[in-house]
Amino acid sequence: MNPVQTVRVALRAILRNKLRAFLTTLGIVIGVGAVIAMMAIGAGAKAQVEEAFAAMGTNLLIILPGSTSAGGVKGGFGSMPTLTWDDLAAIRNDVSTVKAAAPTMRANEPIVAEDQNWTTSITGTSPEYFDIRNWPIALGAAFTQSDVDGGTKVIVLGQTVVDKLYGSNANPVGQTVRIGSTPFQVVGVAAKKGQSATGQDYDDAAFIPFTTFAQKVQGGLGKYLQGQIMVAADSSDDTARAQQDITALLRDRHHIAPGDDDDFSIRNLSEIAGARQQGTETMTLLLASVAAVSLLVGGIGIMNIMLVSVTERTREIGIRMAVGAEPQQILMQFLVEALSLSIAGGLIGVVTGVGTATWLAGRFHWPVLIQPQVIAVSVGFSALVGIVFGIYPARKASQLDPIDALRFE
Amino acid sequence: MGTAVIELADVTKVYQTGDVELRALDGVSLRVEEGEFVAVMGASGSGKSTLMNIVGCLDRPTGGTYVLAGRRVSGMSRRELARIRNGVLGFVFQQFNLLSRTSAVENVELPLEYGGVGGRERRRRATEALERVGLGQRLHHHPNQLSGGQQQRVAIARAIVNSPKVVLADEPTGALDSRTSVDVMAIFQGLWRSGITVVLVTHEPDVAEYASRLVVMRDGRVLSDRVQEPKDATQPTSSKRYGAAS
Repeated sequence: MNPVQTVRVALRAILRNKLRAFLTTLGIVIGVGAVIAMMAIGAGAKAQVEEAFAAMGTNLLIILPGSTSAGGVKGGFGSMPTLTWDDLAAIRNDVSTVKAAAPTMRANEPIVAEDQNWTTSITGTSPEYFDIRNWPIALGAAFTQSDVDGGTKVIVLGQTVVDKLYGSNANPVGQTVRIGSTPFQVVGVAAKKGQSATGQDYDDAAFIPFTTFAQKVQGGLGKYLQGQIMVAADSSDDTARAQQDITALLRDRHHIAPGDDDDFSIRNLSEIAGARQQGTETMTLLLASVAAVSLLVGGIGIMNIMLVSVTERTREIGIRMAVGAEPQQILMQFLVEALSLSIAGGLIGVVTGVGTATWLAGRFHWPVLIQPQVIAVSVGFSALVGIVFGIYPARKASQLDPIDALRFE
Repeated sequence: MGTAVIELADVTKVYQTGDVELRALDGVSLRVEEGEFVAVMGASGSGKSTLMNIVGCLDRPTGGTYVLAGRRVSGMSRRELARIRNGVLGFVFQQFNLLSRTSAVENVELPLEYGGVGGRERRRRATEALERVGLGQRLHHHPNQLSGGQQQRVAIARAIVNSPKVVLADEPTGALDSRTSVDVMAIFQGLWRSGITVVLVTHEPDVAEYASRLVVMRDGRVLSDRVQEPKDATQPTSSKRYGAAS
């Protein structure tokens, strides 16, 4: 009996009892459907977290200055400037795992164009900032190191600021805006970056050289850096190492005795990202294992029905044996039957799972990501369930004694 | 002497249930030649069904040797026995044993499927076998749409479709009325006349009359074994006789 015939005989046996076949596969349908829907939701959540952190910048460390402590009231990180411009230079030059570092100083000031104004976050920084933040310039160019050195009055606008001052699709490069009474020439527009994980609009911002910022906004460039330092490590594997190296360097430079607290703090964004990542992965795993249990239950359902089927069809097995079916052929027939049930269940489950995921995505605006490999694995797994739970009933059928089987009523 | 198809030498079959030992066959030696029509008779418990199962390769003897068509069957594996049943033997049972919800022609195709005969050839041979038993017009009927006699004829077609050396029939008329029985016996005689060896088990003396040789069994042994002049099943018989027999 060739494989095509075996499959045909198995399918015919299944179709003889359509309702039963459907109910049998239901366990697998729900199992596979649940696995696919859960994995799609999990993968969607994970992708969203990844996207949010990628938008912040890759391999990013943020160094914050220390806190003030006056009369027992502690000011929180960043309230007291402890980072110096020399610290920045040392981080750039002496830490091998650091790719780039940029100072960031912030103030909220109104920017005035010809007939419009808009208050936004103005950042004083260096040209490396755009690399560190993974932030390309859409129109024009970023300011240069010589702009920083010369304290030039140039500005890079975020897309939201451009929209507010000039309207969307406008190209403001070459125009002049004012911050307070100081005119700045627009040299570039940063590409649209979207929202942060907390819903903050990255594009509602403007950037000027930090030297200009210190002079025009803060009133002079002192010893201390009145803001934060953003650092990009060479790779994501290097961030932890860079964090250690910078900590050691700054403790040394700030003469902090062993055992005393740091007068600065370093935030490792990839660490935070990793932790959130792990959170979503744990959730996905949890959901998937619940779904896998239901696959297992589905498998037991198939075994149960196959055992019933073997008993019911004992006489048929006897007839087949009498006309020359080998035990192996009987085994294959019932195995293929179990396999067909489980694969059919798997395929229906795929449709159900993809449908559910798509529905959830549309109904609740959940980020849902359907991965082809998950579909392949769940169909493969349901086939495996069919084999594992089908082999025992099939063996039972193949080992029947033909005489007993023929006499069976 | 002609060529032997079935050669049983001192075959025993012992069933062990607990402490009780049941000798279903107690040293049976039997030689059936090609082209014989043998009827095996005996009361229930005489061992005739056990003998049939062993001859039919459905069961293996406890002792003795069995040679079928020149091959020593006693000691073969289940798989080899299945091959022998498929290629050398044809079976007809008392309860027809057709697959339900399966058409006549598909039932007849069954042995060919296991014999690895391709689709078109299979259909052709199955149709031919059904025509031979007079069911050429009922190819696609399901067993529940056929009368008992027709079902048994489908079963006979299934038994002969793979051109077996021997057709074995276990009480083939047991579930049929006397008129239909004669029709079925006529088919068996037709097979026999065309050269197929037929071995038939029955407990009805008038069915055994159609065979060319009569073996009577009792208590697991051959009681008598004689060649007889077979009655012609195609000749009309008086209904009186049948009334007396049933």
